[in-house]
Amino acid sequence: MTSRRRPVLPGFGLSLGFTMAYLGLVVLIPLAAVFIKASGLTWHDFLAAVGSPRVLASYRVTFGVSFLAALFNVPFGVILAWVLVRYEFPGRRLVDALVDLPFALPTAVAGIALTAVYAKNGWIGRWLEPLGIQVAYTWLGIWVALTFIGLPFVVRTVQPILEELEPELEEAASTLGATRGQTFRRVILPALRPAIITGFALAFARAVGEYGSVVFIAGNRPLHTEITPLLIITKLEQYDYRGATALASVLLFGSFGLLFLIQLLQRRARRAAG
Amino acid sequence: MAGTVSTLAHVAKHRQRRSLGDPRWVRWSLIGLALLFVGLFLVVPLAAVFTEALRKGVGAYFAAFKDPDAQAAIRLTFLAAGIAVPLNLVFGLAASWAIAKFEFRGKALLIALIELPFAVSPVVSGLVYVLLFGAQGWFGPYLGAGDHPWLGSWINAHDIQIIFAVPGIVLATVFVTFPFVARELIPLMQAQGRDEELAAVTLGASGWQIFRRITLPNVKWGLFYGVVLCNARAMGEFGAVSVVSGHIRGQTNTIPLHVEILYNEYNIQAAFAIASLLTLLALVTLVLKNLVEWRHRRVIEAAAAADLRQFAS
Amino acid sequence: MSIEVRNLSKHFGAYTALGNVSLKVDTGRLTALLGPSGSGKTTLLRIIAGLEYPDPSADPEAGRVLFHGEDVSHVAAGKRGVGFVFQHYALFKHMTVSDNIAFGLTVLPRATRPSREQIAARVRELLGLVQLDQLGGRLPDQLSGGQRQRVALARALAVNPKVLLLDEPFGALDAQVRKEMRSWLRRLHEQIHVTTVFVTHDQEEALELADEVVVMNNARIEQVGDPQEVYDRPVSPFVIEFLGNVNRLAAGTGKLRTPGEDVLYVRPHDVDIQRGTSDPHALRARVLHVFSAGSYGRVLLQRADSGEQFEAEIARDRLGDLELKQGEEVNVVFRHVRLFPRGEFTEADVRDGRLSEAPRPGAPPVHGAGEHI
Repeated sequence: MTSRRRPVLPGFGLSLGFTMAYLGLVVLIPLAAVFIKASGLTWHDFLAAVGSPRVLASYRVTFGVSFLAALFNVPFGVILAWVLVRYEFPGRRLVDALVDLPFALPTAVAGIALTAVYAKNGWIGRWLEPLGIQVAYTWLGIWVALTFIGLPFVVRTVQPILEELEPELEEAASTLGATRGQTFRRVILPALRPAIITGFALAFARAVGEYGSVVFIAGNRPLHTEITPLLIITKLEQYDYRGATALASVLLFGSFGLLFLIQLLQRRARRAAG
Repeated sequence: MAGTVSTLAHVAKHRQRRSLGDPRWVRWSLIGLALLFVGLFLVVPLAAVFTEALRKGVGAYFAAFKDPDAQAAIRLTFLAAGIAVPLNLVFGLAASWAIAKFEFRGKALLIALIELPFAVSPVVSGLVYVLLFGAQGWFGPYLGAGDHPWLGSWINAHDIQIIFAVPGIVLATVFVTFPFVARELIPLMQAQGRDEELAAVTLGASGWQIFRRITLPNVKWGLFYGVVLCNARAMGEFGAVSVVSGHIRGQTNTIPLHVEILYNEYNIQAAFAIASLLTLLALVTLVLKNLVEWRHRRVIEAAAAADLRQFAS
Repeated sequence: MSIEVRNLSKHFGAYTALGNVSLKVDTGRLTALLGPSGSGKTTLLRIIAGLEYPDPSADPEAGRVLFHGEDVSHVAAGKRGVGFVFQHYALFKHMTVSDNIAFGLTVLPRATRPSREQIAARVRELLGLVQLDQLGGRLPDQLSGGQRQRVALARALAVNPKVLLLDEPFGALDAQVRKEMRSWLRRLHEQIHVTTVFVTHDQEEALELADEVVVMNNARIEQVGDPQEVYDRPVSPFVIEFLGNVNRLAAGTGKLRTPGEDVLYVRPHDVDIQRGTSDPHALRARVLHVFSAGSYGRVLLQRADSGEQFEAEIARDRLGDLELKQGEEVNVVFRHVRLFPRGEFTEADVRDGRLSEAPRPGAPPVHGAGEHI
């Protein structure tokens, strides 16, 4: 009688066992390798690897431009989500489908396509050139690539919330005398805020690690337009495994921190909702 | 009767879509802004891929695919996806079954760990395998050196090289596409609950019968979409594969790597021609996604209509 | 097939779903597990089905489930021979009605599985039994709630279960369909006579449908008995309050004299109103409001001595004869009451507003139903 009873549905041990084993082999052990390898470095070596001027400049580019790109995606992502949910217009379903393009398009393709469009002689680049704006091979090019990569996140986190927002809320606000602007600011925006922050954080995290779409358009000049992931590859090509590992651990730390933050935000949003 | 139902559904749908009297100029400027944004960042680059690919005509376009190196890259890409997708499919089914149908401690942590590869930079994903299997890696010395009593000799006997070779590319692809199927299935199965499976249990079905006849048909569209996404990413992965590949033409180049080489050699047209293949794959993925969602919505609407019918009767 | 459970306990974390529950259900009976939500009735049903297991216990006799005297505690749900109808039916969404009903037969091992034709014939028979002959080809989404319910029932019956278990069978239906389904299920049970246990929180449903009612509260069984028994001789304040409307008055004060300080329960239909006689011992009450719409007239009254409000249900023709006016004082007669002094069981009849009998602790309950003045 005291023996543990089997669960009613079968297959728990098998499925969980396989899940854990596969997760461990494919993800956890390889990732642990980075940290174990990095912990093998002395503090001095580690700091030298992650703190040289060229590396510091790459953080500025990677984190700075990623932040700007994610920030730019917030207002435009909200507008796009708003337009897709609230308005009828020709081609709405097509636009809705296209929003996921950056998820589906291989990054290398995005990279060469954006470069072709924003280069000096490109479709858009040639109009910006006379204005003295050079996009390709400058930080602006990186910003374009990272904006492209992060575009779906805010739209796709805000969209479902906007769809579920009861029209009665807005109707109630308007019967109480609020203007459209006041209603948006005080009723709609607060409801969207958790989704916006989550979308921003996801876009930012994605941009920080991005490589394929950026390398083609960035120009990759050390100290100016060199991103951290590229620097890791450079170090690997020079057989500087220690330096590459140290940089990778910094990048991993950054993205895990962001991931943790996102989980925290989502849990808080869920609690607020439920 | 049927008329009443469809009218009610119609009304319900349009209630949702109402713009609540935003002035016309607000509406159109917002739509304009959104379209401009989508146009500059999505449509123009998409169009550029095909324009550049066809710049020198259809003949040159198809010539790019006749190149034996291109064909080798396509073969390798199919091989890597052909191994990674089924593996991650089996994993996705196992993980979602355990997570959605049972209660256990640490479930939230497990879900977070499954999503981990999404948070890892593709470059780092490649690097981890170099650290494990490269010449200076943990298992590296066993590869080729043969001083390990059984592993080394086995690997020597089979002449296995992992990094800068096909196995490394497959491993990196498995890593970056790891969460896709599981991520689609877990929320779907959780939303469906366990009632249908328990009903099958009380009717005497075995575990395999429950899985094959109840669970699988219920998640087939989500599973299909997960596989499509997983495949798209597997075929298009660039960063991780770039790190572990030796970039040896005709041997360790995948389609995206081949695009890079052509592009860096200023063979722009050929690069875009090959890239257009991946772009088509992405577009097909988007179409399938919308198809799945459309089907899904139809099921929900049918259920809603049935509820309305119940009220109306 | 009789069902017996012995000393079942079930905890979910710190929450007690069942606290040492024992029960015996006789063969062929239609039994209701009745109680408020959270009383443990669904957990008990699921343990009987094998969909949940009781907490392990050091006592080998505790936590046992027996079918016809045979211990099935360790038998898997699929092998117990139970038919289970889920609250939300759990129909297989992707299968037609016929395929749903046939499922239990098609998963039998090849050796014992009936032929394709036999299965089809059985499905036709069951579709007829649940009156859905024309709907075999539909998908569950295309059915109304009542129809889905009947498909779920047919699916459970297809495998000839020895025991039929239904979890809130009418909970998801609207009021009118619910009434129809109730009498339909009663007829069906008379037809097939399989031991049936259903869970409900609706006392009317339990009293109308069941041969036997098991009243549950707070993870425990409060009372077991046939509908008349639990309605007329409730053993606890919970049972009397849960089964239908009841007035609760303080006894031992004012005109309602009892030896101790008791709580007096009287059903509205056991309250009668008389006018004219001004008996000094009679319980006097003021008429606050008369509701004359509905099949019965209802009168809201206020005790003259304590100020407590209570309700009387009076036949409409009698109410017309009385010609009650708001604010007037009348004599009140309780035909049948229950007294619960500090949880201890007592009963007394009260006539003409006085306690005619002293409470007799421990005495067998006096059956008071059908008494008239």
